[in-house]
Amino acid sequence: MKSNTFWAWLIVVLGILYFFVPLLATLEFSLRAGRPDHFFSLVAYEKALKDPAFLKSMTLSVEIAVFTIIVTLLIIVPTAYWVHLRLPRLRPVVEFVTLMPFVVPAVVLVFGLIRIYSRPPLAFTYYTWSTNLLLVCAYSVLSFPYMYRAVDTGLRAIDVRTLTEAAQSLGASWATILLRIIFPNLRVALLSGAFLTFAIVVGEFTIAVFLARPTFGPYMSLQIQNKAYEPAALSIISFALTWASMGIIQWVGHRAPGQVQVGGAR
Amino acid sequence: MAFLELENVRKVFGADAPAVEDFNLQVERGDFVSFLGPSGCGKTTTLRMIAGFETPSSGFIRLDKVDITNRPPNQRNVGMVFQAYALFPNMTVGDNIGFGLKIRKQPAEAIRKKVEEMLALIHLPDKGQNYPYQLSGGQQQRVALARALAISPQVLLLDEPLSALDAKIRVELRLEIRRIQRQLGITTIYVTHDQEEAMSLSDRVVVMSRGVMEQVGTPFEIYNYPKTSFVASFVGTLNQLRCTVVDAKSGRLSYNGQHLTTAEPVSQPDGATVTLMLRPEELRLGSEGGENRLTGTVETVNFLGSIVRVSINLGGAPITLDIFNERKLELPWVGQAYTLSFPPHACWVMAEQ
Repeated sequence: MKSNTFWAWLIVVLGILYFFVPLLATLEFSLRAGRPDHFFSLVAYEKALKDPAFLKSMTLSVEIAVFTIIVTLLIIVPTAYWVHLRLPRLRPVVEFVTLMPFVVPAVVLVFGLIRIYSRPPLAFTYYTWSTNLLLVCAYSVLSFPYMYRAVDTGLRAIDVRTLTEAAQSLGASWATILLRIIFPNLRVALLSGAFLTFAIVVGEFTIAVFLARPTFGPYMSLQIQNKAYEPAALSIISFALTWASMGIIQWVGHRAPGQVQVGGAR
Repeated sequence: MAFLELENVRKVFGADAPAVEDFNLQVERGDFVSFLGPSGCGKTTTLRMIAGFETPSSGFIRLDKVDITNRPPNQRNVGMVFQAYALFPNMTVGDNIGFGLKIRKQPAEAIRKKVEEMLALIHLPDKGQNYPYQLSGGQQQRVALARALAISPQVLLLDEPLSALDAKIRVELRLEIRRIQRQLGITTIYVTHDQEEAMSLSDRVVVMSRGVMEQVGTPFEIYNYPKTSFVASFVGTLNQLRCTVVDAKSGRLSYNGQHLTTAEPVSQPDGATVTLMLRPEELRLGSEGGENRLTGTVETVNFLGSIVRVSINLGGAPITLDIFNERKLELPWVGQAYTLSFPPHACWVMAEQ
C-alpha cells in the first residue's frame, strides 16, 4: 500500500515538474530583460505590451475568435442536440466528422482553401474582409472537435429528450426550446467550448500565415525570430489569459445551479 | 361523444411487432383512467401518442371532438408529468410553473397569480424562488404536476410519475394527485405498472399486454371479474390449480383426487383439464371457509403486517392464502398438515392456457 502511494506521488511530482519547469524557466527568462545586475525586471513585458503591432494582432485575433465561437456554436449546438434527440445512431459518424481536423493537417486545409477561394468566382482572398471570413471558417472547422465534445458532454449530463418533451407539452417551439432550455442548461459546457476555441484561435499560426493575416500567432513567430525576452513575456501573458479563462469556467460552473462542469486545457 | 377518444389506434416501430394494436378507448370529461400493464405492453406508447410525441401508424385520436392525431405536441394543450420530473434545472420553481403561460404570452401579473395559486395547490407556497435541485424528489414531482396544470390543459397525462419515489412518499403523493384531480375535475390518463396505484386512483383501469387492451373496467370489475387469464394473474395474487372436469353441468372438478365444486356450470366438457383460479383472501385455514376443502403442508409463513401470507403445498403445486392479522392470532406451523376451505363462488374456471 505504502509503495503504491510512493509511486503515485512520484508520478504526480514528475507530472508537475514536466508542466511547470518550462513555464518557470520562461517566466524567469522573461524577467531578465533589464540590466545584468537586476534580476527582476518587467522591461520585456513593458516593451511587449507597448508594441502597437501586439495590440493590433491581438485585437484581430480576438475579433476572429469571437466570430469563430459564434459560427461554431450555431453549427455544433443544434447538430449535437438533434443527434442526441433524434439520430443517436448517427453519433459515431458525427464524432468522426468532428475529429477530421485532427486527421487533416492545418497546412493541407489552408492549401485547399487557397486553391478553391483564390480565383473567381470565389475570390475570397482578394479582399481583407473576405480573407478574414475564410479564416473564421477554417478556425470553425479546427474548433469542431473541442466544441462538439464539450457540447456532447453537456448534453449527456442533462435529460435532453425529457426536457424537450416537457417544454413541447407546455407549448414551446423548437427555437424556444433551444434558446430557453438547451442553451442555458449547457452554459458551462458552451463556455468551456468557447474558451477552448478562443485559445486555439489566438495561438494558431499556420493558417493565418498562409492566408497572410497579421494575427497573434504570426506576430509571436516574428517576435521569436527577432527578439529574445519579449517572446518569453508574451508566452507568459498568453498562459495567464488561458488560465484566467479556465478560472472563469470554474467560477461560472459553481454559480450556475444544476450545471455540469466540463473542463479542458490548452 | 366522449371527451377523449382513441379509435383503432395502432403503432408500429420499424419492422418490430406492433407496440400498440387496435386500441379503442373513450374517456369522459373529468375521468381518471389508468393504463396498467407490465413493461413493454404499450401503455407508455399509447400515452405518448395522446401527448403527440409519437404519431399513430393508423387510427384516430380525438379530443373534445377535434381530430388531434397529427397535431404537434406543442399545439395540443395537454399537460404531461414525467417519471424523471423533467423540471428545467436553470429555472426556479416559480419560473418552471410559469413557463407554459410565458410561452402563451400571458401578462406577467396573471402569471404571478397563477404560479402562487399552483404553489398553494401543491402545498409548497414558499418554494417559488428555490431551484429544482434544492427540492426533494416528492417536492420536484409536485412542482412538475403544478407546471403541467398551470396551462389549464384539456387532459393531464402522467407517465409513471411515482416510480422514482420512496414507498411512503409514493402513497402520500398518489393521494395528493387524486385530491388535485378531483378538485380541478381534470380528465386524467395515468400510466403505471403498479396495480395498487392503478386500483386506488382510477375511475377506470385499462389493463394492457403486448400492445393489446385486455380489459377496461372499474378497479372492482378488473379485480373481481377478470375477462382474460392475463388480467386475472396480473392484477392481484392468484392461485392456479390444474383440475379435471368431473361433471361440467354441476360444476364438479377433481384436483389430485380431492373433489371441488364451482358455483356455476363449467363450459369445458367432462374429462377436460381446466385451470381453477382462487384469490388468496377467499381461502380460509380450517374447515369453516366453505364446502370445498383441500389438505396440504405449510411451506412458508410470511408476516406482512396487516396480513399473514401462508403458502401450502398441495402435493406439487403451492397455494397461497391470506389471514388477517390480529394480536391473538396463532400462526400456522411450517411443515404441519392443514386443511384449507373455500366456497364454490370463490372459484373461477378457465380453459387451460
